[in-house]
Amino acid sequence: MFSSFMVNTWVAASIVAVVGGVVGFFVVLRSSAFVAHAIPHGAFSGAAGAALLGLNTVFGLGVFALAGALGISALGRKGRHDVATALGLVVMLGTGSLFLSWSAVYAPQIYALLFGEVLGVSRAELWPIAGLAVICLVAIALVYRPLMLNSIAPELGEVRGVRDRLIETAFLLVVALATSMTVPVVGALLMFSLMVAPAGAARSLSDRPSAAIAWSIAIALVTVWAGIALSYALNWPLGFFVGTLGAALYGLGRLVGTRRRRLVLPTA
Amino acid sequence: MSAHVLEEQETPVLWLHNVSADLAGRRVLDDVTFAVQPGEFTALIGTNGAGKTTLLRVILGLQPTSSGIVELAGERRGRRSVGYVPQKVLLDPDMPLRARDVVALGMDGHRLGIPLSPRAGRLRRDRVEAALASVDAIDFADARVGTLSGGEQQRVLIAHALIGEPELLLLDEPLANLDLRSQHEVVALLARVAEERRVAVVMSAHDMNPLLPVMHRIVYLAGGRAVSGTTDEVVRSEVLSALYGHHVDVLRVHGRILVVAGGEDEPVRPDGEEPGSVESGIVSVP
Ligand SMILES: Nc1ncnc2c1ncn2[C@@H]1O[C@H](COP(=O)(O)OP(=O)(O)OP(=O)(O)O)[C@@H](O)[C@H]1O
Ligand SMILES: [Mg+2]
Repeated sequence: MFSSFMVNTWVAASIVAVVGGVVGFFVVLRSSAFVAHAIPHGAFSGAAGAALLGLNTVFGLGVFALAGALGISALGRKGRHDVATALGLVVMLGTGSLFLSWSAVYAPQIYALLFGEVLGVSRAELWPIAGLAVICLVAIALVYRPLMLNSIAPELGEVRGVRDRLIETAFLLVVALATSMTVPVVGALLMFSLMVAPAGAARSLSDRPSAAIAWSIAIALVTVWAGIALSYALNWPLGFFVGTLGAALYGLGRLVGTRRRRLVLPTA
Repeated sequence: MSAHVLEEQETPVLWLHNVSADLAGRRVLDDVTFAVQPGEFTALIGTNGAGKTTLLRVILGLQPTSSGIVELAGERRGRRSVGYVPQKVLLDPDMPLRARDVVALGMDGHRLGIPLSPRAGRLRRDRVEAALASVDAIDFADARVGTLSGGEQQRVLIAHALIGEPELLLLDEPLANLDLRSQHEVVALLARVAEERRVAVVMSAHDMNPLLPVMHRIVYLAGGRAVSGTTDEVVRSEVLSALYGHHVDVLRVHGRILVVAGGEDEPVRPDGEEPGSVESGIVSVP
């Protein structure tokens, strides 16, 4: 399972895990798990549309992810976000299913977008993934403090000149980018679980944001590595392992977090 | 009240002149005028919906005005030096964020990039430590901010607002949801900050009584209109009746002030409602 063919898979999956861990930290901090759910899934219908038109599916995916991010940001302010996002998602998924029904030939390719095809990443596919990953990570590093402040309480940011709308839009665009780069590898369903489960577990493990981000990356890496190894050994779909391992590690993290706090509190 | 600050010699830190503001087509602030001197403690008093939050947001530039002028001393020097503690800050207990992280963001939360230089990091830590010490928050500096009590969170947010060394500190109902002891502590803390650092404090509240011992000036809001001055100038039956547009009584009982709607020429309504409950936000029964 470490053959040269598989090396690309390990590298791609690791890059995806790092980005999922970092972006996921803010997804969870901002309680926007739903957005992280909606953008990859909605983007899937873009891929379906592109396949129908004979275009590159990753291109269609990217366009729909970006359009979805901008749409959510334009429609929703904090309170109305859920409804706006849900409606956007429903429309996009519905359109996707229509596209799919029209283009039965391409369906297997589309299913790969939903569930991933990490066991077949080529060297040529690696570069765009790495490039988009760098863009995502640099963008997060750049807005790290304003994003943190805005995530805690938008009003505290506003008085320091950190515009809520601007930060929200910027963040949604980063989620869209992360989606475009990772969905073709791990699939829309797994991307969602990679963005939510490791970060959710990580926040129980440390009280410091930087340490929690490190934990989030580490847990995401363990999830995909173990997922690939198990999937290779048992020949079960990778999606199954990433989904269930993510949930299991999340539960474990919560458990450790509760015990940790019980140990810390009496002395504090 | 303490007389030293009310001599009108200094340039005010904040000056509002005939400020009006509309929200959704309704006049929420109507011709509000007052000034705040350095180091002065101002209480912004009004019932729910009187316009307190709107007024503070106008001062911060977050809410556009329809007419009038808002002048800030810091702005004249090309920099806004205003600290703000909003009315409702819900801090999620699941957030991996310590009290000291929140305070640090008050200093550089608007900056881009990640600070990496160790020297800057040390300076940063020292400033955060000092800010935490100034609000007596050292004991819980490393605790998760979302798990702290309301009073402790309030102190962390005050440190967050103070670390930028503002000349003006605005607080929106910082005493809401605090028990009497915590209210006392927060008020004493703010009075000390105003005194020692010469920071002008403007804080809103629906009850003026916890602030009576420390405040230099009151801005009394009702239906978007305001009167300001010392407590003795403003909290009088004639002045407040004119502001409310109907008769109110001002009662002083055991060192507390009660503002009660319905006096001699406006008797208590026959439906058995207590006079006090008509202006229930203002009245406080000891
Ligand atoms: N976004 C808004 N759109 C329309 N009207 C608003 C908006 N925000 C506030 N108002 C109205 O403006 C008036 C003043 O509101 P404001 O929040 O300033 O009052 P407040 O004195 O802070 O009240 P509270 O004690 O409840 O916090 C209220 O009548 C309110 O209904
Ligand atoms: Mg208010």
